Amino acid sequence: MPKPEGIVSRPGSSKEYKTGAWRTKKPIFKQIKCNDCRICVAVCPDGIIFGANKKYWADLDYCKGCGICAEECPVKDIEMIVEVK
Amino acid sequence: MAKDGPTVEKKIKEEVVEGLIAPGHKACSGCGLVLAARTVMNAAGKDVIATAATGCLEVFSTSYPQSAWKMPWIHSLFENSSAVAAGIEVALKALGREKEAKVIAQGGDGATADIGIGCLSGMFERGHNILYICYDNEAYMNTGVQRSGLTPFEAWTSTSPSGKVSWGNQTNKKNMPAIAAAHGIPYVATASVAYLKDLERKVKKALDIVGPKYLQIHCPCPLGWAHEPYDTIKVAKLAVQTGLIPIYEMENGVVTSVRKIAQKKPVEEYLKLQGRFKHLFKKPGFEEELKRIQAIADENIKKFNL
Amino acid sequence: MRKVIEGSMAVAEAVKVCRPHVISAYPITPQTHIVENLSQFVADGELKAEFVNVESEFGAASVVLGASATGARVFSSTSSQGLLLMAEVIFNMAGLRLPVIITIANRAVSAPINIWNDHQDAMTVRDSGAIMLFAEDNQEVADMHLQAYKIAEHPEIMLPVLINMDGFILTHAFEPVELFDQKMADEFLPPYKPELYLTTKNPLTFGVLAEPDWYLETRYRLQKAIEASLDMIEEVANQFNKTFGRYSGGLVENYRLDGAETAVVAMGSVVGTIKEVIDDLREKGKKIGALKVRSYRPFPKAAIYDALKDVKNVVVIEKAISLGATGILYDDLKATIYGKPSQPKISGFIAGLGGRDIPKESIVKVIEKGEAQVVDNVFVDLKEYLIGGK
Repeated sequence: MPKPEGIVSRPGSSKEYKTGAWRTKKPIFKQIKCNDCRICVAVCPDGIIFGANKKYWADLDYCKGCGICAEECPVKDIEMIVEVK
Repeated sequence: MAKDGPTVEKKIKEEVVEGLIAPGHKACSGCGLVLAARTVMNAAGKDVIATAATGCLEVFSTSYPQSAWKMPWIHSLFENSSAVAAGIEVALKALGREKEAKVIAQGGDGATADIGIGCLSGMFERGHNILYICYDNEAYMNTGVQRSGLTPFEAWTSTSPSGKVSWGNQTNKKNMPAIAAAHGIPYVATASVAYLKDLERKVKKALDIVGPKYLQIHCPCPLGWAHEPYDTIKVAKLAVQTGLIPIYEMENGVVTSVRKIAQKKPVEEYLKLQGRFKHLFKKPGFEEELKRIQAIADENIKKFNL
Repeated sequence: MRKVIEGSMAVAEAVKVCRPHVISAYPITPQTHIVENLSQFVADGELKAEFVNVESEFGAASVVLGASATGARVFSSTSSQGLLLMAEVIFNMAGLRLPVIITIANRAVSAPINIWNDHQDAMTVRDSGAIMLFAEDNQEVADMHLQAYKIAEHPEIMLPVLINMDGFILTHAFEPVELFDQKMADEFLPPYKPELYLTTKNPLTFGVLAEPDWYLETRYRLQKAIEASLDMIEEVANQFNKTFGRYSGGLVENYRLDGAETAVVAMGSVVGTIKEVIDDLREKGKKIGALKVRSYRPFPKAAIYDALKDVKNVVVIEKAISLGATGILYDDLKATIYGKPSQPKISGFIAGLGGRDIPKESIVKVIEKGEAQVVDNVFVDLKEYLIGGK
């Protein structure tokens, strides 16, 4: 059989690569003024913001720290802070 | 972190499902293209077979042995995403598997309007039941920001740079939606990552129509346009609000809907956020050039009644 | 049943019984009759296939690539400039391991433009990883198509196959051809069932980015696969013999080489003329034979050396040249022989470019010249007055 190596990749396997290592800033979800608009969930380019019922978080394994969620939150409930490791 | 503990968190994550494009791909921080792509794919659902052209999309998402794509997907060459999709569509028909999946072909602006325009035209003309998505980030980004047929007037690119005797790219964006519509296809639309719900609606609407569909999505590129990664949505919105990027739908060659601009913005507000236009604020004589760009925006506003 | 039909029709009839699902091609002389015949079969319901008329050969190759990746059996056909335009896709098909069958009606390449036969077009894709077979006559062409699908679709192979037939000389010649009974064809060639293909039942990502850490091995595997087809080509010829009761195919054909001191090596329809010359010369008592190379890629080094090792002079007559170097088949042959215990003298001749006729007398002259002295890059029947001579 033409083995998969070199011609096909397994679906969704990109998750093995943790792009979270890229960022310098990370989002803090203050959950003070959140109104469940879910704009942050929609605008995250990597689609790694999750949550419901006014509790949201970014999957820090993959968050690249772009800051779009903080910029677009209509009630400014997300803050980007420089991550100190 | 959810206060209710890790099991709820896991459950929500699984339900939400990172979507049909998994994270861990190597798109730039703040990439407008991948935002568009995952919005498209999540709106389309899992019963899709997708093709992609050479470019950022396939390079950042399929670095062997990994792949971000969760649906069956193929990348062949730069110029044939549409023709490969045509082959998939007829094969499904010939094999009695038409109901198995919808076919979505993807390509960047270069792949769509330049090198791939021949194959695209053929696919439109033959009436294949395919949704073609053009991710328009206005240059050949993956190879280093070179000028394409959809690069806007006086944008800096590495092959149309501004310089001592140049103001940057001297041509207007090729009117790809009009070219698509001229083929008599049932649905043509433009969209932007500024309006994601509108984009979802258009994807779903297009997939319900039988025949060739063309959807051109304006995607800011923080690297190539030299703007802050957190400004991606803001820049996209301003592009629309100035009138430079009209958002509309055409069905059977007739414009059936436009997104009117509630508050028109002058082009400067859009241009000044991007390093690729910074020469338009520095070089002597720049006021004239800004007027010319404003004229392009005004023309669109008039033409589409925005 | 045996019918006198045009070569192109023989191809169409052979392809028909192979039951392709998707056919896509773009017009180019002298391939056009092949796809015109196939589109008539489809129009009359004799062949249930999707026939896609495309905007270019590049489009045709891309359409069949996509269809093959979805699990369909496919067919395309082209010549000359069209093959050059498809070249990018053919490399892609081999890399993606897709069993696409393309018939090449061999024709000279531009510039200047010339619609008649030579092998220069085929040579441009010899490095692609596609299997390349050359046919001598229309029966061989027809037989090759059934065998090509079987070779290509074998799970160990999974490579595109290019079937080369001389444009006009074979495509437009009317010859008696034994056609195929559909039941026997179905028995010989079962439906195409790939393991990996585009389907929502098993979503996979095809056509990945392979970085330097991964790419080298994919090319190694490709080389191994095309080498494996050496045995497969012979095996399928034997299976064909079992089903249809006659042997056709294989890597090379040894024509009267037993006890020969001189061997003429060639590919394609010119071998037919060469065989007649061999017969004439043998009658005169000359110890001479011919070696027909049927499989050009993979290059059957062992079979060729085996056939030629006891011969003193080898004369290569070919319809292509690698400009700036030498004849191409000639080069491949010399590389095969070099360093081996037996070292026949090898001469290379370039003939028939752009459809120039190769009469028997010219072949006799070529043999005499090659036996007298080792030469290469000799253009046969060169018209002196056209190159500034008398």
